[in-house]
Amino acid sequence: MLNKRSAYWLILPAVLVIGIFGAIPLFISLAYSFMSANPYGGVQAPLTFGAYVQMLFDQDFDGSLIFMPDYFWIAFRSLYLALATTILSLVIGFPVAWYIVCQSPGRRKVLLTLVSLPFWINTLIRTYCWILILRDEGLANKLFGWLGFISHPLPLLYNQGSVLLGLVYTFLPFMVLPIYATLERLDPRLIEASYDLYANRYQLFRRVIWPLTKPGIAAGTVLVFAPALGSFLQPDLLGGGKQLLIGSLIEMQFTSSRNWPFGAALSMLVTFAVILSLAWQRWRTKRAAAAQAA
Amino acid sequence: MPSEVLSAAPAATARPGAPARHLIEVVGVEKIFGDVATGHRALEAINILIEEKEFFTLLGPSGCGKTTLLRMIAGFEHPTTGEIWLQGKDVASLPPRERPVNMVFQNYALFPHLTVSQNVAFGLEMLRWKKADITARVQETLSLVKLAHFANRKPAQLSGGQQQRVALARALAPRPQVLLLDEPLSALDLKLRKEMQFELKRLQRETGITFILVTHDQEEALAMSDRIAVMNTGRVQQIGTPEEIYDHPTNRFVADFIGEANLIPGESLGRRADAIIAVRPEKIEIARPGVTPRISGVVDVATFLGSDTLMEITIPGGRLRARIRGAAKLPQGTEVGLVWETEAERELLD
Amino acid sequence: MATTMQTAARRKIRPFDWRHNPGFGIFSLIVMGFLYLPLAILVIYSFNANRFVTVWTGFSLHWFSRVANNGDIRHAAWVSVLVGVLATICSTAIAIAAALGFERGGRFKGEAAANSLVMMPLVVPEIVTAITTLIFFSSIGFHYGVLNLVLAHTVFCVPFAMLPIQARLNTIGTAYEDAGRDLYGGEWRIFMRITLPLMVPGIMAGAILAFVTSLDDFLISFMVSSAGTTTLPVYVYGMMRLGVTPEVNAISTILLVISAALALVAFLISRPNEAGAAASAATPAATATT
Repeated sequence: MLNKRSAYWLILPAVLVIGIFGAIPLFISLAYSFMSANPYGGVQAPLTFGAYVQMLFDQDFDGSLIFMPDYFWIAFRSLYLALATTILSLVIGFPVAWYIVCQSPGRRKVLLTLVSLPFWINTLIRTYCWILILRDEGLANKLFGWLGFISHPLPLLYNQGSVLLGLVYTFLPFMVLPIYATLERLDPRLIEASYDLYANRYQLFRRVIWPLTKPGIAAGTVLVFAPALGSFLQPDLLGGGKQLLIGSLIEMQFTSSRNWPFGAALSMLVTFAVILSLAWQRWRTKRAAAAQAA
Repeated sequence: MPSEVLSAAPAATARPGAPARHLIEVVGVEKIFGDVATGHRALEAINILIEEKEFFTLLGPSGCGKTTLLRMIAGFEHPTTGEIWLQGKDVASLPPRERPVNMVFQNYALFPHLTVSQNVAFGLEMLRWKKADITARVQETLSLVKLAHFANRKPAQLSGGQQQRVALARALAPRPQVLLLDEPLSALDLKLRKEMQFELKRLQRETGITFILVTHDQEEALAMSDRIAVMNTGRVQQIGTPEEIYDHPTNRFVADFIGEANLIPGESLGRRADAIIAVRPEKIEIARPGVTPRISGVVDVATFLGSDTLMEITIPGGRLRARIRGAAKLPQGTEVGLVWETEAERELLD
Repeated sequence: MATTMQTAARRKIRPFDWRHNPGFGIFSLIVMGFLYLPLAILVIYSFNANRFVTVWTGFSLHWFSRVANNGDIRHAAWVSVLVGVLATICSTAIAIAAALGFERGGRFKGEAAANSLVMMPLVVPEIVTAITTLIFFSSIGFHYGVLNLVLAHTVFCVPFAMLPIQARLNTIGTAYEDAGRDLYGGEWRIFMRITLPLMVPGIMAGAILAFVTSLDDFLISFMVSSAGTTTLPVYVYGMMRLGVTPEVNAISTILLVISAALALVAFLISRPNEAGAAASAATPAATATT
C-alpha cells in the first residue's frame, strides 16, 4: 500500500490533463453560451441570455420576440429518439445478457467478446454499413425486388426509422454489458430458490431477476441514453439532414451557421440532460442498494 | 400455470392401483456428468427408501454425491438412469415447481430485496394463495421459527442464525411433503449449530414433515436423524439408524468415517488374515491382572482429557487409540494388555 | 422406428434446467447477426470489381490498390497513426500512474471526485467534448496542428487505457508486493521488480485500446483538426458525404479490420478474469458504480 501523498502525486497527471483539457473547456463553453456571436465566427461581449432565448424565440425586426418552436421540436425529437433507442436496446439487450449468463464459462467469454467487439470498431464505418443496406439501390431493396415484393425501391433510408436503427445498432452493446455484469453476480441459488418455491419463468423474471438487476439496467440506460442524445453521425448519415437532431444542430453552429454562443448553449443543454440522467442512475443504484440493506 | 387454482403445494397424485409405497423411492439412480462414456460418475446404483415423517440424513465427505442426490429430489438435477418416486409418482423429470418439495439452501439464498415476511410469502404467492391466507400462514410460520418480530427486516439486517430461520420458514410455509436441507448449519458457529440442531429436530416433530438433510458432519447426523445413509464416492455405503451405523458399521469406510474406530488387522488378533476388526476407542479397557488380554502393546502417549484419558498404544502391526475412563497415569513405554467385549468389535470384510 | 419413438419421448421429458431457455438462443443469434452482418456486407462489397457497389461482377483488389495509391488518404492515414501513437504514449503513461494511485493508494480524500473526473470523457457525449475542446483551443489561441489533436485524444484515451491496467492491478492483489516488502525491498525496487512486470499484460491491453480509441475517433478530430491535419476517419467522412463509392468501401474495410484485430489482441492479452474488465472498459459507468 502506498502512502496517501504518493497516491496524490500519481493521479495528479491524469487529473491535470483531464481537468485542463476536459473539464475547464466545459466551463469556458458555459461562458461562451452567454456571449453573442461576432460576424467572424467568434464571440464578443456583452453577456446576454440571447443564445438561450434563441432556442424558443425568434427576434422580429422591431425587436419583439416571437415564439418559434423549430428548435424545440428538434430537442423533443432528439429526446424521444434517445429514449426509444434506450428502450429498444433494453428490450433486445436483456434477453441476450440473460442468454450469455446461462452459458458455460468458455462460451460466455466468446459471446461477451462478440458483444463488446463492435464497440471498438469505428462508429462512422458501422453507420456507413447501413447506407449500403438501406439506400435505394442497397442490399435490402435489391433483395426485396429480387423476391418480387416490390417493383420500386422503398425509401428505407433518410427517415426516423433508419436513424433509430442506426442508434440501436451503435449503442446496443452498452446495454448488454452492464446488465450482463449484474446478472453474472446474481447468486444462482436465488434462481433455484424461486423455482423451488413454485415460480414460473415470468414470475422469476418479474419478482427476482428484474429487481436485482436494476443497478445494471440503470447503468445501461445512461450509457445508451447519453450518447444517443448527443448523437451526430447516425442522424447525419442515415437521417440525411431531414431528421435534424440536437447533435447535428450543435455541429452546424460551428461549421455552416457560425453561431458559437448558440452552439455552446445547446451543448450545455445536452450536458445538463446527461447530468440529470447520471443523477437519476445514481439515485436508482442507491435505492436498489438501500432496498437490500434496510 | 395449470388452469386449476393451486391451494397448497402441488401434491403428487398416486398412480391408480399402485400398491402402498414409501414416500420417496430412489431406484437404481445413476448420474454421469458430461459424456456417458467418459464423464464423471457422480452417483452409482443408488437405492434409498424414505418414509413419511422421517428425519433422513445423507452423510458423507465432500464430493460423495450427497448434494447431487438432494438436488435430484428437488428437481435441479436429473438422473442419467434410474427413477425417483414421490408418493407413488415418478418425478424424475418434473421441474422443481411441480414437486411438493421445498429446499433450504446452503447459505440460505434469501431474496435480498424482499423483507422477511415477503420472503416467506414468496412461495404462497406463486401458488396463488388468497391474500388473507398468505398473511395468516406467514405469521404462523414465522412464529414457528420464533421470528415473528422480524417480519419487516431485510435479510441483510439479520444474524446468520436468524437468516437460517427465515430460510426454514420460507421453505416450510407452502406445507411441502418433504423439506430438503443442504448443509443448513455449515455457516453457523459451533454454539449456534448445536442450538439449531435441537431446533430442526423440534420443527420436524411439530410439523410432521419428512426432512432430508445433507451434511458432512457425522455428529450432526447422529444427533438429529431417524435414519442415515452414509455415502462415499457416489455410492451408498450403509443405511440405518444412528445406533446401527455407529455400533454395526458394515464396512471399513463407515467404521472409519463415523466416530473414531481402531481398524486392527485380523492377523494381529489371530483371526482371518483378510479380515479387519473395528473397535471404538471408548470400548477398550486395560486388562486387570489375571485377565488374558486380547492384544498387548506399549503405551506411546497418554493425554488426560478431563473425564477420561486418551492413550496411543503401539501394537504388533500398527497403532491403537483407547479412551480409558478416569486418569490412568501410565508412563510412556509401559506394557499394557487390552481387552474389550466381543459385541463391541465388528469384523469387516472389504 | 423404435429410435424415433425414444427420442420423441426423451424430448417430451427434457429435464428441467433453468439455464436452458427455449428461444433465447435463437434470439441472441439474430442479435449477433444484426451486429455483424452489416459489417460482413461491407467487407464483401469492398472486394467487388464493379464500379456500382451493389452490382457484383467479380472479386477484385482493385479498390484497395486505388486507396493505397491515393496521396490524400496516405497523408490522412499518416496523421491518424502519428496522433494515435503520440496520444497512446501520453495517455498510457498517465494511466499507469493514475491506476497505481487509485488501486494502491488506499482510500484517500477526493478519490471519488478524482475518479469521476478521470471517467468524465466516457459519459460526456462526444459532440459536447468536441465543441468544448474547439472553443477551449480557440479561446486561448492554441493552434498547433497535430499537437491540438494529440492533446484532445489524450484526454479521452486516458480512461480507456486506465481501466484494463486498474483491473490487472486488482487481480494481482497486494500479496506479492507485501512479500517483497517483507524481504526488505524498497518501494521503488518493488515497483520495478514486482509490480511493473506483473502489470505488463494490463498495460499492453490498455495501450492497444487507447490506440484503437484514438484511431476510431471521428467527431472530436472533425471539430479540432484543421487543414493539413485531417485524420483518416475525417477524410473518409468527407468521401462518404459525396456518396457510396468502392473506394469508401475499401478504406472502411481496412479501418474495420485494423480496429477489430487490435481489440481482439487486447482481449487475448488480458487474462481470463480481466477479459471481462477489458470488455467492461466499454461500460465504465457500470464499473464505476459497483
